[in-house]
Amino acid sequence: MTVETAPPILRVDHVTKRFGGLVAVDDVTFDVKKGEIFALIGPNGAGKTTLFNGITGIFPPTTGRVIFQDREITGAKPHQVATLGIARTFQNIRLFEYMSALDNVRLGQHCRMHAKLWDSLFKTPVERAEERRVSDRAIELLQFVGIERYTHTYARNLPYGSQRRLEIARALATNPALLLLDEPAAGFTPQEKVELMGLVHKIVDNGVTVFLIEHDMKVVMGVSRRIVVLDHGEKIAEGTPEQVRNDQRVIEAYLGKQH
Amino acid sequence: MLRQFWEGGPRRDPNTIAYVVLLVAAIFFPILVNVITGGNSSAIMTIAADAGVYVLLAIGLNVVVGFAGLLDLGYAAFFAIGAYTYAFLASDHMRVTPLGEPIHISFWIVLLIAMFVAASFGVILGAPTLRLRGDYLAIVTLGFGEIVPRVFRNASSWTSGVNGISALDIPSLPLWLQGPWSGDAFAFVTDFKVISSLAYYVIMVILVIICVILVRNLHRSRLGRAWMAVREDEVAAAAMGVNTVAVKLLAFSIGAAFSGFAGTYYAGKLSLVSPENFGFSVSITILVMVVLGGMGNIPGVITGALLIYYVIFVLLQQLPEYAVNFVSSIGLSGLVRSSGDYPGIAEFISRLKFLVFGLILVIVMLVRPQGLLPSRQREQELHKGVHDEPVIEDVNAETT
Repeated sequence: MTVETAPPILRVDHVTKRFGGLVAVDDVTFDVKKGEIFALIGPNGAGKTTLFNGITGIFPPTTGRVIFQDREITGAKPHQVATLGIARTFQNIRLFEYMSALDNVRLGQHCRMHAKLWDSLFKTPVERAEERRVSDRAIELLQFVGIERYTHTYARNLPYGSQRRLEIARALATNPALLLLDEPAAGFTPQEKVELMGLVHKIVDNGVTVFLIEHDMKVVMGVSRRIVVLDHGEKIAEGTPEQVRNDQRVIEAYLGKQH
Repeated sequence: MLRQFWEGGPRRDPNTIAYVVLLVAAIFFPILVNVITGGNSSAIMTIAADAGVYVLLAIGLNVVVGFAGLLDLGYAAFFAIGAYTYAFLASDHMRVTPLGEPIHISFWIVLLIAMFVAASFGVILGAPTLRLRGDYLAIVTLGFGEIVPRVFRNASSWTSGVNGISALDIPSLPLWLQGPWSGDAFAFVTDFKVISSLAYYVIMVILVIICVILVRNLHRSRLGRAWMAVREDEVAAAAMGVNTVAVKLLAFSIGAAFSGFAGTYYAGKLSLVSPENFGFSVSITILVMVVLGGMGNIPGVITGALLIYYVIFVLLQQLPEYAVNFVSSIGLSGLVRSSGDYPGIAEFISRLKFLVFGLILVIVMLVRPQGLLPSRQREQELHKGVHDEPVIEDVNAETT
């Protein structure tokens, strides 16, 4: 089954988000298919991050529905969304700065752990075994994103690029089916962007669907087969990179109207 | 292979030394006191055992404030609930209440009951209020801390109001080892009534050790990590699948449980509870112990509790006496007597007590803002404003 014919893993169905009189996301509909790298692009203030917040329950949509794996998750709490299998990173990195890289990733596994209060209080064998598993998995993930040398460094002391990678490792630790990356390459050099896209491909190869927001058209064109373009909260185009690149409204949104 | 990364990696826990020092001090303290006072150690041991109550309270409040980052200004309310639980369940008092029947449950069982009662009140207070953040939560807990002693004062048909409840049962142990330290021959005693201050001290040390082990386990578990994460960034923690409300509620009620536990011990030892013993100043004193000792670090808050207890209940009480001795020894004994508006040195110093206390607090916080024995995280956080790495912040700023 190719990606094009795969069933949708996430369906955004006529989602609108208003903040008072401001319509940040306006009646947006699209599907993310299982196993693909799907991209959401648009100029600043287009409502991309707002849409992410709507999907992950941080600011639930005003109207419309979000359906994940055939299950409606509109209005679910962020921790419920994460537990169901949607993980995310943040545009302005939100790591736990005063926890080590290892602890950040271990925390990501919180919702997959089963130790009860009792186990934690008395350090039962169940709890010890689980902590060992979680630590091993955390190391694996740090190696996977390539920052294992910072295992015991406080998150805030990591170099900028490694912080972005740590955020991805932490999100992967929740064992997601769908990973939302909010501008994962922001502030990167072209070389770093290439490396990051390599990582994104590796993530998809591991069976995780990736849905990313990106600012840089070139980066997105390289990795995504399907792209949705937002402008002023509205969906103005959807399609392959070629289709999107040649779309008149997209060109206008990015470069302004030609006179 | 993988394992050596995280077992060999982190620097050795500096707290190990602190724990050893505290344990050794706890063991040798009674012996030392006995030698110094020539076998007349009872008064000092009573004070030491009372200090243990505050150690327990500080360990419990540290879970709420230090681990989970929730400012609780009404912590003494749970202390009161624990103490009154013992008073209700282990005295003749219930005979004069509408219930009409005295209840006498063993001290050890009430310890557990009080924990659950206090934890339940923690949940009742926490469930509607933990959605609030920072200052708002502090105000609500402040209110709760005022309400509880007032309820105990005014529900006088049950609590006999301001008079409090007295003649509580004396805790007893099923088995106790007697020996030369209490002036007896070696012997095992059954159904031992805990009266001697040394016995209270020993029980307190054991209770503190148990509590430290449990809290330390919690701190290093998934729950401890979740608390840390919620304290640092609630949104990110929630997005990573942490049920932030549940986790905060747990911190709140576990903290309350400790307070209830300490309250029962306090009531059992004092054999008296009164609503006056659980005011706002108690909540603040415990908070000061936690902050000054080193928020989030267990040996730190224990040290803080011991130090503050010593300052408030020993040093400040004896300060007038010291002052009298001092002025007499330098030949200014005229200052001892009162004349006119001048009340005499003892009374004068006694009036300055809280000024001295305030000065001590200010000086300690100026010299060690991170607390006496801070946790590594807290230490780092305090450096944030001073040694920020601008490189990282700048790159971030450009992109947003």
